[in-house]
Amino acid sequence: MIANFGFGALFITLLISIYGVVAAVYGVRKNAHEWIESARTAMLLTFPLLTLSSVSLIYLLVTGQYQVEYVALVSSKSMPIYLKVTALWGGQAGSLLFWAWLMAAFASAVTLRKWDRDRELLPWVIVVSLITLAFFLVMIIFFENPFELLWQSAAGITSSMFRPSGSLPYIPRDGNGLNPLLRHPGMIIHPPMLYLGFVSFVVPFAFAISALITGRTDDRWIRITRRWTLVAWLFLSLGLVLGSRWAYDVLGWGGYWAWDPVEIAAFMPWLSGTAFLHSVMIQEKRGMLKHWNMVLIILTYSLVIFGTFLTRSGVLSSVHAFAQSAIGPLFFVFIGVTFVTSLALLLHRWNELKGEGTMTSMLSREALFLLNNLLFMGILVICFWGVIFPLISELFTGQKVTVGPPFYQRATGPLFAGLLLLMGVAPLAAWRHSTAKTLGKAIWKPFLVSLLVLGVILFSGVRQPAAILGLWLSALVVLVTLYEFWRGANARHRKSGESLPLALWRLAGRNRRRYGGYIIHLGVVLMAIGIIGIEVFQSETQGTIPQGGEMRLGQYRMTYNSLAMWDTNDGRNVARAVVSVYKNDRYVGDLYPRRDYYYESQQPMTIPGVRSTVEDDFYVLLVDWQPISTQGATFKVFHNPLINWLWIGGWVFILGTMVAAWPDREKEPVRERSRTRMTSPKSSRATTV
Amino acid sequence: MKYTNWLPISLVLGLVLVFTGSAFAQDILPSDDEVNAIAKGIYCPVCENTPLDVCPTQVCAQWRELIREQLAMGWSEAQIRQYFVDQYGDRVLASPPARGLNWLVYILPPLAILSGALILFRTLRTWKKPLPAVDPGVVETNLEKDEYVARLESELRRR
Repeated sequence: MIANFGFGALFITLLISIYGVVAAVYGVRKNAHEWIESARTAMLLTFPLLTLSSVSLIYLLVTGQYQVEYVALVSSKSMPIYLKVTALWGGQAGSLLFWAWLMAAFASAVTLRKWDRDRELLPWVIVVSLITLAFFLVMIIFFENPFELLWQSAAGITSSMFRPSGSLPYIPRDGNGLNPLLRHPGMIIHPPMLYLGFVSFVVPFAFAISALITGRTDDRWIRITRRWTLVAWLFLSLGLVLGSRWAYDVLGWGGYWAWDPVEIAAFMPWLSGTAFLHSVMIQEKRGMLKHWNMVLIILTYSLVIFGTFLTRSGVLSSVHAFAQSAIGPLFFVFIGVTFVTSLALLLHRWNELKGEGTMTSMLSREALFLLNNLLFMGILVICFWGVIFPLISELFTGQKVTVGPPFYQRATGPLFAGLLLLMGVAPLAAWRHSTAKTLGKAIWKPFLVSLLVLGVILFSGVRQPAAILGLWLSALVVLVTLYEFWRGANARHRKSGESLPLALWRLAGRNRRRYGGYIIHLGVVLMAIGIIGIEVFQSETQGTIPQGGEMRLGQYRMTYNSLAMWDTNDGRNVARAVVSVYKNDRYVGDLYPRRDYYYESQQPMTIPGVRSTVEDDFYVLLVDWQPISTQGATFKVFHNPLINWLWIGGWVFILGTMVAAWPDREKEPVRERSRTRMTSPKSSRATTV
Repeated sequence: MKYTNWLPISLVLGLVLVFTGSAFAQDILPSDDEVNAIAKGIYCPVCENTPLDVCPTQVCAQWRELIREQLAMGWSEAQIRQYFVDQYGDRVLASPPARGLNWLVYILPPLAILSGALILFRTLRTWKKPLPAVDPGVVETNLEKDEYVARLESELRRR
C-alpha cells in the first residue's frame, strides 16, 4: 500500500516535470506569462512530491516491509534504526531516488528566489532543471524502481510493481542487510554531501544554458549563481573529505585515497568546478573568458552526470561499485545529448560572447588564474584518461589493464606542486597589470621567511625531494596568505585608525569571498602537509606475534595482550585484539584492532585501532589470528606521519568556503561592472593598479 | 601467442613451487614485510583496483603465500611479477606496460596539457596590450604613495 503510494508520487512527479518543461516552452513561445508561472509552480511541487515518495521508502525500510525487494536487499531486522534510514541510499534504486529528491530540493528552492530582474531566464532554468530531474525519474520508474514488490509463482520469485497473474505476494522473513562497508557514521553523511554537491551544480548550469538561449550574454548568470556554485562546491568538497575519512577508518588499507575510479568520478567535477570558481572571477572583474566559463560549467555538469553514470552503471567494478545494472546506455545517451546540445548553444552564441578586456602583463592576475585553470584541466585530463583507458583497452584489445596510483601520482604530482606555487604568487598579483618588479616587491618578504623554513626542513633531516619541495611551497603559501591578511588589516589600521583585530574583522567582512578564499588556501596547504606526510613518510610492517610478544616500527613498540571473540546481537562475529602501544618505550595507550564478520552477507570488515596525534597516527590492523589466541596473531602496522593535518585542513577548508558563501547583508550592486566599463580607460587603470 | 605458450609452463612451475616451497618452509621463510613489498606492486587479478598486499580475500592470501614461496626459491621481484603477468595478464600491473595501445595512456595527457599551454599562451598574447602612455611621474608617486591601499580599497569596492 505504502509502496504503491510512494511509486504513485514518483510517477506524478515525472508527469509534472514533463508538464513543467512543456508549459515553460509554450509560455515563452506565446509570450504567456501565466504558463511560465504554471511551470514554476510545477517545479516548486517536485520537492514535496518526491519527499512523499522518499519518506514512503524510509517508512518501508524502518518498518521492515520485506515484500518490497529493495527493503529486503539493503536492510534487515537486526539493523539499528539509523542504519535503516540511511539504507535509503545504500543501494542502487534507493540512491537514485535520493539523488532525484535532493535535485528536486534545489529545483524547488530556485523557484523561490526573486526573479523580478531575470524574468527571461526563468523558463529556461525550469526547462534545464526539470529535464535533468525527469531523466532521473524515468530511470527510477522504468529501470530501478525501489518500490517493486516480490511475488511468488510456479516459475519462482519475481519482482514487479503490480501483481503478475497467478502469483502470490512473497514476504521474506528477513532482509539481506546493508553492505557492512556502509555501516559507518562516515557513510551516513558522505553520500548525502556528495550527492548535494552533484545536484547543486545543476543550478549554475541551468542558468548558464538559460543565458545562452536568451542571449543574455553579460555576466548576470554568473552573479546569480555565484553563491549556488560555492554551495555546490562546499558540499562536493565535504563529500570528498568525508569519503577519504571513511576509507581511512573502514577500508583498512592504511590510506585515505587510492585513486580508485569511483573516487576519481567524484573528484573530476570538483576539479572543473574549482577551475570554474577561479575563472568566473576574471569574467566578473574584467569581462573576459566568457566562452571559457561556459565550457567549464557545461563540463562540470557533464562530469556530474558522468560521475553518477560511472558509479551507478557498473561500468567499472571496484570497491565502491556496490550496485550494477543495465541503466548504462541510457546514461550514456543523456550525457551525449546534453553535452552536444550545450556546446551547440555555445557555438551559436560564440560571437556575442566576445571578451571585452585586455591586460598588460603575463604576470597579471588574469594570466595567473588562467595558468591555474590550465593546471586544473591538466589534472582533469589525467584523471579522465586514467579512468576510461582500461575501458578503451578492453574494448579494442580485450585485455584489461589497471591504471593505478603510480600513474596518477607521477602524472599529477608536478601539477599539484604548480598549483601550490600559484597559490603563493597569484594572490599578490594585481588585476591587469603586474610586473616582475611589483610582484617581486610584494613577495620578497614572505619569500625570505619561507627560505628560513626551507632551512629548518633541511636541517631536520628531510631528504626526499618531493617532500622538500612540497613543504617549502606549503610554507610559502601560508606566509603569503598570512602576509596578505596582515597587509590588508594594517593598511586599514593606518588609514582609519581601527585597531588591528577590528581592521582584520572588517576587512574580511567586506570581502568575504576574497578572504574566505584565502582561508580555503590555508586549508588546502594544511591538507597538502598531511598528504605529503602520509605519501612520503608512511612506513609499515607486518608480522605474527605470540601473546605477550612485541613488534617494532620506528619509535613505536607494540605488545599483543589478548584476543577475544564474540557474537553480537546485530549479526556480527567480532574478533578483537588488545595491544599496548609504547612510544620511545613510554606507554601511550591500548588499541583495539578488530575484525567484524557479518553472517548475513558473509563479509569480513577490518576496523583499525588508531592512536592519533597531530604528529602522527599509529594504525594497527588485525590481519589474522590462530583459533587459540595464545598461538599468536598477525598484525599490520602503519606509521602515518602528519596525517591528521589532512583532516584539520579539511575543516579549515570547509570553514573558508562557508565564509566565502555566507550571504551578504548589503544588496548586491547592480550591473556594476558595466559602470566601470563606462569610465575612461585612464581612471579605470588608476583603480586597478 | 606468448600468453598461451607460457600458460602450461607457468602452471607446472607454480605447482612445483608450491610443493618444493613447503619443503623449504622449515628454513627461514621470507618475512611478511618482504612479501608485502612485492605484493604492493601487484594488483589482485580478481578484485578490481586492489593491490595484493591489502586485499582481504582468501585467494589473495594464497597468492601472498605463493610470493613467499617464490621468494624462498630465490626468485627476483621481476621474475615474480612476470609470473603473475603470464598467469593473469597485464591487469596485475599497477600501470599498463608501455607497449602497443598502452602508449596512449602515457602520451595523451602530456600532449593535451602541452596543447592547452600553447593555446593559453597564444590567447594571452592576443590580449596583451602595451601600457597606455601615462606620465611616468604620476604612476611612480602613485605606486610609492599608497599603491596597496588604493588597490585593496578599489578591489573591495568593486567585488
